[in-house]
Amino acid sequence: MLQYVVKRLIGIIPILFLVSIFIFLFVHLIPGDPARLVAGQDATLQDVEVVRQELGLDQPIHIQYFNFISGIFQGDIGSSIKTGRPVFNEIASRFMPTFWLTFWSMIWAVIVGLLIGVISATKRNKWQDYLGMFGAVSGISMPSFWLGLLLIQVFAVQLGWLPVGGLESWKSYVLPSITLGSGVAAVVARFSRSSLMDILKDDYIRTGRAKGLNEHKVVWGHGLKNAMIPVVTMTGLQFGFLLGGSIVIETVFSWPGLGRLLIDSVAFRDYPVIQAEMLLFALEFILINLIVDLIYGFLNPQIRYD
Amino acid sequence: MTEKMLEIEDLKTYFYGDEGVVKAVDGVTITVNKGETVGVVGESGCGKSVTSLSVMRLLQDTPGEIVDGSIKFEGKSLLNLSEKEMRMIRGNDIAMIFQEPMTSLNPVYKIGKQLEEAIKLHLRYDKKKARIHAVNMLNLVGLPRANEVMNEYPHQLSGGMRQRVMIAMAMACNPKLLIADEPTTALDVTIQAQILELMQQLRNESNTSIMLITHDLGVVAEMCDRVVVMYAGEVVEESDVYTLFENPKHPYTKGLIGSVPKLGQDVEKLDSIPGNVPIPTNMPSGCKFAPRCEFAMDICWKKDPVLLETNDKHACRCWLYQDQEKALEV
Repeated sequence: MLQYVVKRLIGIIPILFLVSIFIFLFVHLIPGDPARLVAGQDATLQDVEVVRQELGLDQPIHIQYFNFISGIFQGDIGSSIKTGRPVFNEIASRFMPTFWLTFWSMIWAVIVGLLIGVISATKRNKWQDYLGMFGAVSGISMPSFWLGLLLIQVFAVQLGWLPVGGLESWKSYVLPSITLGSGVAAVVARFSRSSLMDILKDDYIRTGRAKGLNEHKVVWGHGLKNAMIPVVTMTGLQFGFLLGGSIVIETVFSWPGLGRLLIDSVAFRDYPVIQAEMLLFALEFILINLIVDLIYGFLNPQIRYD
Repeated sequence: MTEKMLEIEDLKTYFYGDEGVVKAVDGVTITVNKGETVGVVGESGCGKSVTSLSVMRLLQDTPGEIVDGSIKFEGKSLLNLSEKEMRMIRGNDIAMIFQEPMTSLNPVYKIGKQLEEAIKLHLRYDKKKARIHAVNMLNLVGLPRANEVMNEYPHQLSGGMRQRVMIAMAMACNPKLLIADEPTTALDVTIQAQILELMQQLRNESNTSIMLITHDLGVVAEMCDRVVVMYAGEVVEESDVYTLFENPKHPYTKGLIGSVPKLGQDVEKLDSIPGNVPIPTNMPSGCKFAPRCEFAMDICWKKDPVLLETNDKHACRCWLYQDQEKALEV
């Protein structure tokens, strides 16, 4: 097990290396000139050239890439072109708000989604099922910016219970996490419903009932653990996706997170920040996949790590 | 006077599907006496398994429903019990072994946990006592290294071992009636013999009544006291096991016995019953076996015969043995 984790962690290095090449190339393909943006609209061509040299953007692209990579190995991922602050600090200050927002959204979404899924699966084609699936379809179909604005209008503007945006106290988390989690809850509900419905037809479920177990033990004890396997995959993917920061929701709620940082840095062609952020997303995805694989092993004893 | 353990009377279990009503079990009467082993024989789709699931009332999650008849266990009607009362009987007084040992155990839990579950529930043992009892049961069913098997998952065991675990699980609470639904079908021949031997041994030791559902006449000859032959949801013949093999009456039973290969017999081709079990939504009128019967007469196409006890507790549902003129008058 430990050996497996170490092997997987070592495996991350070549993946990140490949990813870094693609990121670097794509970032430099974005039209627009950061030197021009830094120097300002009124700067002369000469001034722009000076800035370009200062930023190292005058060098051939493979040299720039080499500088970028060697910087990473020295623990220096550069400074933001826009603010001049180290990229590490820029990202670190934005990571935690996004992480906690994602975390709380996922927590409520998975709990509520699972509950709806299990109830729908066990009360198939009854009103509970129809109600649950109506909620799930609504959750998937509603655009998040619209839901976000709706919640702000009702709970922040009219009732005044919660802040409109920004990050001040725990109250600030409520509306964005509801908005961010609703889609995930809907997907979890649908996944767990269909997965559990399949599992409940299995022979060992009949065995459980034949033993005299009550439905509660049959469904939650014998059914759910088996049904969780596809749900965990999906939840892991969603988690990785949301950790990148939701651009729409962070904009609607003026959330100081990675999504907005990405938008700002793309607008300014802030190459070092974009590159670092993209690498971070890749790393997050890889780590989450590893965690998902480990949870598989816990859920399904037939999976062996060697 | 023999004591009756299970009395199924005129049981009708229908399935309601898109293509109409499937009368999977249509007026079946089977009695199992105390300490007796009754074989229920028939081809796939004749309603054997549905009968057993009806007894256990395990038809939920299927479109099936018991529409008529009665099922009594030790004189007490099972169909009138609440779900909670029924749960106290399942796995306790009536236990069941299923056909598919490969899939009948939950793949994500250890054998020990799955065995202890019923023991704790019905015998109210604490964890330690339940574990000791579970290990004893595994020893009883002849599983080697019982202590280790307790900590293993189903996929680590072979089919025969899993079926032994299923038997241990079924016998753990010392049931009065064991329903075994094709317990050896999925196993290879040498393992089949071992499992049958084990079931015989357990029956002799604990005097459990057994309802053995199978399509294998060899298993019936080996195990059973009495045999019920089913065809298309009905009982077509019933007698003690010796009479049935020596003097089968119903053409279907004759066909079944005839299609068993015999040792030392040199035949080019095995006998078989022509045709298939009729499509359940489109049952023939009259005798349901008539389309496949070599003795079919006019009356067979018009009127379904009744299950008539001829002599010596040998009952048969066939016009060959019944007064046709009387029947046509009615």
